[in-house]
Amino acid sequence: MAGVAVEDRKTALRVALTGNDAAAEAFRQVNPDIAAVFPITPQTELMHKFAEFVANGKVGTDLVNVESEHSALSAVVGASAAGARAITATSAAGFALMWEVVYIAAGLRLPIVMVVVNRAINAPLNIHCDHTDTMGARDSGWIQLFSENAQEAYDNTIQAFRIAEHSDVLLPVMVTFDGFIISHTQETLDLIEDEPVRRFVGEYRPEHYLLNAKEPIMVGPIDLPDWLFEHKRQNVEAGARSSGVILDVAKEFEKISGRSYGHIEAYRTEDAEIVAVALGSTAGTVKEAVDVAREAGRKVGAIKIRTYRPFPGNEIIDAMPKAKAVAVMDRSIAYGLGGGPVFHEVRSYAYERGMKVPMVSYVYGIGGRDISTDHVAAMFDEMAKVASTGEVGVRDRYINLRD
Amino acid sequence: MKIRQGSTWRDVPIGGNILEPGTSTEYETGSWRSQKPVWDAEKCTQCNRCWLFCPDMAIRLDEEKKIAGINYNYCKGCGLCAKVCPDKAKAITMVSETEGE
Repeated sequence: MAGVAVEDRKTALRVALTGNDAAAEAFRQVNPDIAAVFPITPQTELMHKFAEFVANGKVGTDLVNVESEHSALSAVVGASAAGARAITATSAAGFALMWEVVYIAAGLRLPIVMVVVNRAINAPLNIHCDHTDTMGARDSGWIQLFSENAQEAYDNTIQAFRIAEHSDVLLPVMVTFDGFIISHTQETLDLIEDEPVRRFVGEYRPEHYLLNAKEPIMVGPIDLPDWLFEHKRQNVEAGARSSGVILDVAKEFEKISGRSYGHIEAYRTEDAEIVAVALGSTAGTVKEAVDVAREAGRKVGAIKIRTYRPFPGNEIIDAMPKAKAVAVMDRSIAYGLGGGPVFHEVRSYAYERGMKVPMVSYVYGIGGRDISTDHVAAMFDEMAKVASTGEVGVRDRYINLRD
Repeated sequence: MKIRQGSTWRDVPIGGNILEPGTSTEYETGSWRSQKPVWDAEKCTQCNRCWLFCPDMAIRLDEEKKIAGINYNYCKGCGLCAKVCPDKAKAITMVSETEGE
C-alpha cells in the first residue's frame, strides 16, 4: 500500500490463526472463481472457513459441494480447463481417492492450486500428521511446496497461484502443511492487506480455454504411443522452468510481505559439520535444536526444504560445504527401499556432486508421533559419532520408536 | 500451433490439447474396419437416413447433395447405415472387409 511501510502493516495485520484458517484467508484474498470441496480431517476446517466466506459474500467464488474427493478434483479440472481459477483442498485418504485426477491435472497442464493438509494414510486408522499422502505424488508432475508454520501456509498459498499460472509453467501446485501441528494450532502470523494480495495475484487470463467461443479447442483427447511421450517430456521441461519462476515469484512476494523465500532455507550451515535436512513443521524443531547445540559449541546446521518438487538437490548440496555427516529426516517411509524418500533423493544428488559424506536416514513422526528438540539433540549426538568415524553404521534409523 | 511432420516435444501444444477445429479429417480411420458397407445406387431411394446417422460423416454426397456412396477413408464399419437403411430399399449391405480380395 502506498505510503504504508511494511513494518506498519505487519503490526496492523498481526493476527492469531490456525494453519487452516490462514490458508482459507489466503484463498479469500485471492477470490478464485471455483472451489470444489469435500470434508476430510484435518483439512475440513479450511474449506469450512472458506465456505463461510462464500456464504457471507466475502468472495465471488462458486462453491461446488461434491460427493467425493475424486469428484472434487475432477470438478476443479473441468473448471480450470474451462478457463476458471480453481481450488480445492484435501488430506490423506481423500488425496488418495483423487489419485487418478491428480495425474490428469498435471498432464493437462492445468494451473490448479490445492492445499493438502498432511496426514497418515490408513490402515491402521490414523488421522494425524505424516507425509505419506503427498510423498506418494512426488512423481505426479505437480509442484509441491511444504510449509513450516501457519505463516508459510498463508504465504505459500498466495504464491502458488502466480507459480501455477505462469506461462512458462502451467502446472498444478500443491501447498502442504502438517495436519494438526499446523492446521489446528493457533499461531501468530502477519497477513497482507487484501488489495496488495489481489494486485500481486492479478486477474487470471488463460491463453487457451474451453469457454473461449473465438477459439474452439479440444482438451484431453486420446494420446496414443505416437505423442504421449512428447507431452510427458514437456511436463519435465515445465517443472524445470518452474524452479526459476518460484524464485522470481518469491522476490516479488517479498516486496508486499517483507518475507523472503527460496527453495530451501539453510540455517547455520556455512561451517556446520553435521547437517540435518527436514521439511514441514519439524524444520522449526530442528532449527531450535541447532541453536541449543550451537550454544554448546557444536557445529551443527539445518536445511529446510520448502520446494520439494521440483527437487532443489543442488541447492541442498551447495548449502552444506563443510558437512562431515548428514542426517535426512523423513516423515514417511520408502517401503522396499529403506529409510524415506527425501533421504534417497538427497543422497542421489550427493553422489552426482561427488560428495563422499556418510548419510543416515531418520524416519520420524509417523502417524503424528511426537518429535521434540530432545529427540533432535539425541540425533545430533548419534551423528557426531558418524562424523568422527566416517562410518554410516545403521543406515535406516527411527526416532522415538519403541525399539 | 499443431502437430506436423518433423514436430518435436518442443513445438506441439501442451497437454495434448488440439487448438484447431476439424483436425479429425487429417486422421483416416478407414483401416479400423472388419466389415464394410456396400451401397447400391439402383436401390437407394435418397431418404438420407444413412447420411443423418453416420457418426463419422462417411456417407458421400454429390454436388446436388444426393447420396453418392461411402467414403472408405473414414468409415469405421460400424454398420449403422445398413441398419437404418429402410427395409423396402435395403440399399446398403455389410460385407466382410476382405470380400472380393
